[in-house]
Amino acid sequence: MGLETTVAHYGATHDAHHEELGFWRKYVFSTDHKVIGIWYAMTGLLFLLFGFGLMMLMRWQLAYPGRALPIIGALFGEARMPGGSMLPEFYNELGAMHGTIMVFMGVVPLAVGGFGNFVLPLQIGAPDMAFPRINMASYWSYFVGGCVMLASFFVPGGAAQSGWTSYSPLAVIAGSGQTWWLFGMVFLITSSLLGSINFIATTIQLRAPGLGFFRLPFFVWAQLVTSFLLLLAFPPLEGAAILQLMDRLAKTSFFLPSGLVVSGQALAVSGGGSPILWQHLFWFLAHPEVYVLILPALGIVAEIVANNTRRPLFGYRPMVYSVIFVGFMSFIVWAHHMFITGMGTTMAAFFQTTTMIISIPSVVILSCLFISLWGGSIRFTTPMLFALGFLPMFGIGGLTGLPLGLTATDIHLHDTYYVIGHFHYVVAPGTLLALFAGVYHWFPKATGRFMNEALGKLHFWGSFVFMNVIFMPMLLMGLAGVSRRLYDGGASYAHAQHVLPWNEVSSIGAWCLALFQLPFIVNFFWSMFRGRRVGDNPWEATTLEWAAPSPPPHGNFPRPVQAHRDPYEYSVPGAAKDHLPQWEPVGQPVRA
Amino acid sequence: MEIPYTVAVRPDTGLNNGKIGIWLFLASEVMLFGALFASYVMLRVGAESWPPGATYLSIPLAAFNTVVLISSSVTMVLAWASAVRRDFGRFRLFMGITILCGLVFLVVKYFEYTAKFHHGYFPSTNTFLAIYFTLTGLHGLHVVGGMAVNSWLWGPGARMWKVDPVHFTNRVENAGLFWHLVDLVWIFLFPVLYLL
Repeated sequence: MGLETTVAHYGATHDAHHEELGFWRKYVFSTDHKVIGIWYAMTGLLFLLFGFGLMMLMRWQLAYPGRALPIIGALFGEARMPGGSMLPEFYNELGAMHGTIMVFMGVVPLAVGGFGNFVLPLQIGAPDMAFPRINMASYWSYFVGGCVMLASFFVPGGAAQSGWTSYSPLAVIAGSGQTWWLFGMVFLITSSLLGSINFIATTIQLRAPGLGFFRLPFFVWAQLVTSFLLLLAFPPLEGAAILQLMDRLAKTSFFLPSGLVVSGQALAVSGGGSPILWQHLFWFLAHPEVYVLILPALGIVAEIVANNTRRPLFGYRPMVYSVIFVGFMSFIVWAHHMFITGMGTTMAAFFQTTTMIISIPSVVILSCLFISLWGGSIRFTTPMLFALGFLPMFGIGGLTGLPLGLTATDIHLHDTYYVIGHFHYVVAPGTLLALFAGVYHWFPKATGRFMNEALGKLHFWGSFVFMNVIFMPMLLMGLAGVSRRLYDGGASYAHAQHVLPWNEVSSIGAWCLALFQLPFIVNFFWSMFRGRRVGDNPWEATTLEWAAPSPPPHGNFPRPVQAHRDPYEYSVPGAAKDHLPQWEPVGQPVRA
Repeated sequence: MEIPYTVAVRPDTGLNNGKIGIWLFLASEVMLFGALFASYVMLRVGAESWPPGATYLSIPLAAFNTVVLISSSVTMVLAWASAVRRDFGRFRLFMGITILCGLVFLVVKYFEYTAKFHHGYFPSTNTFLAIYFTLTGLHGLHVVGGMAVNSWLWGPGARMWKVDPVHFTNRVENAGLFWHLVDLVWIFLFPVLYLL
């Protein structure tokens, strides 16, 4: 079944008293959570590719500062790359938009909007989301926000150039691209607000009979906690965006201190504002946002690990308690991004302590996933390889974060390439590997076909190796003291000279990583039409989404489902087969 | 396809979907205004001097608006209670009064704003006026949003009354919850901006 027929299958109305939906309502303005989830995932993947493209341009400038980029450089015109060599303003544009696109328009829409929308209602045995029309509005708000962000590249002066963090006063005095950035963010925030309300209401209200909270798959728990983070952490950024818009458009001074001098001229504003206020409001969102990026990935990996080790997750309940605790703690660690702003040692001590505390539940979850491997008869399928790759990579990402969370070491490491290396280890070889794992794992459910294993393994090994080639040098350069966001990658700094060659290594790694995404793209479209057909439960899994047909029809389950047991009953002693799905009633003959 | 528990209450949670949805939305609204109030505190603590509200603002007008908005919350409850008792005429009456109160509030706010502009007081004048215009402006937008929902329930949305009065009453209740939040925000704004 190809994409068209697949999507048509989703749109098909099985209710006799519903008239057949037209083309636009079926495929475009659909309220079916599966169609919306696929839209979210496809759009998110496209934005990831686009954001990666911006980064590959930057990597040229970092590896070979000032050298003209052959052929491609000419495409960007004299205003951005005169003679093919990049201007600093364009570099800043690329940097700011790479971060914004990857975080807000790539990873979160794919992890939460895509996987959450497609998988969560199926896993809880629901016919759809609690508010299908709000779900559609959520996607289209995201789409408009994405378009505003893309359009900002074409306004005079180009897109936002003040980093994805948009620190004031820099962002207040920046060109008009920043205003577009703020309006784009308002749409993206609205989208995740609508989505998170829907996810929470759906999880609480639409669980199938028998599916108590401690029978929910870990993925659902991860999405539930993520939704609470989105719901409660994004509004303060919306408030901050409103204040920055006021600063830019109504000439207020919320983030502008008195006596600010720009280009040798005193700024004609009332002053009295606080640049640190922006940082507080921004990081109040952006630290929970880090967990928004990682928790769905942990959820995906937990599903895949249990399924491919053929044994129950080790410590399901501690994992659930940990994920709740992580969610709670993530609201009170934000100022560890601000140790050197001069906010005071008492504040710093508090946030250092909470940061150390939040690492404990994260380590509990990761350890449980590692121990789950012990004694399992592991199937090294493509999704499992990606999940196994995720575990140590997320470990490196987490452990490299500890020196940043301690005030003494942070003084040296703050705003260096070490920070870039650290959070990319969490998000790229961490979250992205997990998201790829999820694509390979649920692709059969979404399309009714397997993805190709050989191409999948090629994709995995290439991605796994070259992600490390990109990011390991960043940790080394950062330890040597090279600052982030340098237009020349540190070439004009004496202390950076001995680590400069790593820039080229990192860049070549990035371009090779791009090559190894080709098998994925080919695989994705080839498998959609030519992949091996599958039944309802090709991975012999236990959670409820595998009770639905592949692909599931509108309304998901032809017959009502019920949960009779815990989510991961693999290799139950004495059972006839190695997995007992949640939907199979207890008490039927299970012994051989 | 029917979504379960749109109207009926799920036995083990004791709620319908809409009720959970509106409370979650209100939680996010609390975070939005909470962040802005926190910004107010931080700006004021960091300021060298901070004018008393009465320097720029009219306390009698704001006090009048406070009474108007609290009254509208009362009529909102009465509108909902009438809907629960299946008295559609009284529902329309009280909902109408609620919408009118919102309108009175906005008209008074309009005169307050124009008076400021006449005196040359703009958001760019100083940080106090900046936060005043931002907070009351955002609150004003919420009043407009609440009035839009209420007007829809008073007018075209009321067609549901004939088909499914229980569902319609739930919608009135949820709209009321939002309206009370708008009222509550003002009850914080009034002392913070005008009196303190």
